[in-house]
Amino acid sequence: MLESRKASTPQRAAPSASAETASKRDLRLDLFRGIALWLIFLDHIPSNVVSWATIRNFGFSDAAEIFIFISGYTAAFVYGRAMRDRGFIISSARILKRAWQIYVAHMFLFVIYMAEIAYVSSTFENPLYHEEMGIFDFLKQPDVTLIQALLLKFKPVNMDVLPLYIVLLLGFPPLLWLLLKQPTLALVSSAVLYALTWHFGWNLPAYPSGSWWFNPFAWQLLFVLGAWCAQGGAERIGRFIRSPVLIALAIIYLVFAFAIVMTWSFPLLAAFVPKWLGEVMYPIDKVNLDVLRLAHFLALAAITVRFIPASWPGLQSVWFRPAILCGQHSLEIFCLGIFLSFAGHFVFNEISDAVFVQVLVSAGGIAIMCAGAALISWYKRIEGRSPGSRSKPPDADLAGGEA
Amino acid sequence: MREWTAVAVTVAICLGSAEAAESPDCAVAAHLVGPQFPLPRVAAAVDKTRQLDVVVVGAGSSTLAGPGGTDLAYPARLQVILSKRLPSVKIKVATNVKPRRSAAEMTEIFEKILMDEKPSLVVWQSGTVDAISGVEPEDYRATLEEGVEMLQAGGSDVVLMNMQYSPRTESMIAIQAYADNMRLVAQQREVPLFDRFAIMKHWSELGTFDLYGASRKLETAARIHDCIAQLLADLVRDGIKLSQENPKPIQ
Repeated sequence: MLESRKASTPQRAAPSASAETASKRDLRLDLFRGIALWLIFLDHIPSNVVSWATIRNFGFSDAAEIFIFISGYTAAFVYGRAMRDRGFIISSARILKRAWQIYVAHMFLFVIYMAEIAYVSSTFENPLYHEEMGIFDFLKQPDVTLIQALLLKFKPVNMDVLPLYIVLLLGFPPLLWLLLKQPTLALVSSAVLYALTWHFGWNLPAYPSGSWWFNPFAWQLLFVLGAWCAQGGAERIGRFIRSPVLIALAIIYLVFAFAIVMTWSFPLLAAFVPKWLGEVMYPIDKVNLDVLRLAHFLALAAITVRFIPASWPGLQSVWFRPAILCGQHSLEIFCLGIFLSFAGHFVFNEISDAVFVQVLVSAGGIAIMCAGAALISWYKRIEGRSPGSRSKPPDADLAGGEA
Repeated sequence: MREWTAVAVTVAICLGSAEAAESPDCAVAAHLVGPQFPLPRVAAAVDKTRQLDVVVVGAGSSTLAGPGGTDLAYPARLQVILSKRLPSVKIKVATNVKPRRSAAEMTEIFEKILMDEKPSLVVWQSGTVDAISGVEPEDYRATLEEGVEMLQAGGSDVVLMNMQYSPRTESMIAIQAYADNMRLVAQQREVPLFDRFAIMKHWSELGTFDLYGASRKLETAARIHDCIAQLLADLVRDGIKLSQENPKPIQ
């Protein structure tokens, strides 16, 4: 995913595709974002057997890193071109429109969430769970809850990614401007903000207490890193990230992370982790994008780029088509995935949580996400807005996918 | 079988007898308790003074609502079970339980508890309230560390107890980060963790207990609390044993 620009220039990279299509999009971005969306769906169903197979159980980072990095990459790719072609104002307006769309989508999910807890609260009277019933207090004071939700301060479980994305896009226009003028300076500023955030403990406040689960001041680093790679950074570090030494280091680190994560699943193994190492490593802070998580994601990315080139013919295979389609309509499919994870958990509770039901719900959910993505593609085609059709200047949101 | 156990539990309580029915069902989760860390202050109290004072500090899930709920909840059951297992020791389990109380709010009363009750063991249950109100996990961890230190300095051993497994609210309350932090504190401070979440989940998966039931009746809840008390008593027993095998000076 880091070498799209490199792959996009020479025709030999994709002999069958025209130069025009080749310059459009690196399919690896869509593929991995699609897979990340599936993983987010699986991970968001609590106690789901299938979620044991997702990457968070094999290393420090999880699908959230993939999603945010690729989103940064695509946003810079799409809006960077818009900013060069049509200027700061127009491209900024588009970015803000996108942020608004995501806000509306987030509120839609919030309504579904409230409907679910309202339903459960009406049949939840087990004396065992007196303490857990505290979660229904939000329903008792809609005047506060709804306003806090509109302010993005009250964010129910698993509904933290879209608010992060909204904040990242709100800050994106000036960043993109800087990225086009002085890419290195933009990246360094982002890293400085990350470091200051760790030092001073900056974060946005949440309701009823605490702060954001995905700290935007920390997670912006990954988003900006993605954007920087899209704006030529990947070319600059291309040789470095493909060097055998770096690949070897990446593999060693991934193995190390795998070993550590295994000790979480099998507490007996925890005795093998030296105490000093535990004290240095833990806690691995997801809220503030721990360095260990960031490094884990970068190691994964380096290995992916090394072993799956953009020109890899497999990317055209029908087997990857569903994931690519999902990745191309990431906002809709993300929302659908969150909804399906609520629905899946609902099935576990109200119908059955037998293992085969869990597998069925997981597979069924992914199938629905793919069908949804295919449907959205079809809509866009019949509305004549597909990348192939010669409508006006290509719509940034749709140039082979979304930001 | 279920009815029988429930009846036996009720009868035992009514008679105020130490002869509680120890349901074999609970034992399927015994491996999740396992020997972890010694409880030197508890061992000293048992061996030397023949008197063990325990305080359970917690929120809503350390009690049962409804008539007679307190007597059916795990702290009262723990007293009965420990008295039976350690007949020569005078056991007293006091509680300081209030619903909707966060871990930080609990630490505020620790000093008073240490003064008034002079416990050798504090069972500290927390997590769900913090998760619901979205306390920062990092702050939660700091609170646990501070609390454990405070209790140990005040002459008490500590057992940390995490959240209940509640399948129907699982998608609404994000407890993972809090559970992870509690595990971490337990490991680093070498205090036993009573992993109530894993235990209840195991029971649910094996069908030992139906945790989906929407019944208002206390029966199942009482049996679950009795089982929790039994496993907690196992944990105390293991902690005493570990201390007796490896006597270390109390820091």
